[in-house]
Amino acid sequence: MIGDEIEVVVIDIKGDQVKLGIRAPKSVTVHRMEIYQEIKQENIAATKSEFDPTKLRELSEFFKTEKNDKKDKK
Amino acid sequence: MGEVVIDEKQVFDFPEGLLGFDYIKKFVLLDTEDPSSPLKWLQAYDEPDLAFIVIRPADFMNQYELVISQNDLNIVQTKKTDDLIVFAIVTIPSNPADMTANLQGPVIINPEKRIGKQAIILTDSYSVKHRILDEIKKHSGTEG
Repeated sequence: MIGDEIEVVVIDIKGDQVKLGIRAPKSVTVHRMEIYQEIKQENIAATKSEFDPTKLRELSEFFKTEKNDKKDKK
Repeated sequence: MGEVVIDEKQVFDFPEGLLGFDYIKKFVLLDTEDPSSPLKWLQAYDEPDLAFIVIRPADFMNQYELVISQNDLNIVQTKKTDDLIVFAIVTIPSNPADMTANLQGPVIINPEKRIGKQAIILTDSYSVKHRILDEIKKHSGTEG
């Protein structure tokens, strides 16, 4: 068992090859699918970002300010 | 983007592309206008107009736990997460201060083999829309 809900099961044995499967409640699978979809949607949103060079310069400035605040970082 | 000289070392194979973009098998990692900026371009090799802004979590967070599957590690041909370069894809809305990083689906790259993949964090610790500036402000707040 992996945790309380996920079980590793032996599906098949052929010679020295063992085929393993995962038995998990549907909630786990559905949850994984949802995360997959979320990531996919976010990737698509990312390609529609504001890539204006002025904006990117602005963004880089945010990180510089942070660097200046750090005393020991060069 | 204009003429860019591409160093082969910056080209990576993505056998599974990215989620939603599984047909892009090759990416180039490029600097933005300012090479010292943590923001980089991850550009589709064959489609230069298709590009993502990426950032390493280490560049704006103190800690980032890469809890990923064996399959993800196998695809980039490594056994240890230590060897990997990790990027998060950045989404930039109309107000740049609202930029977010996808920490749930990081891009992992094996620099030696030059293979990359978008992995999925197995825990629920992170968001696909992690606000970058909030994270940065946290750090500057702890000075002194």
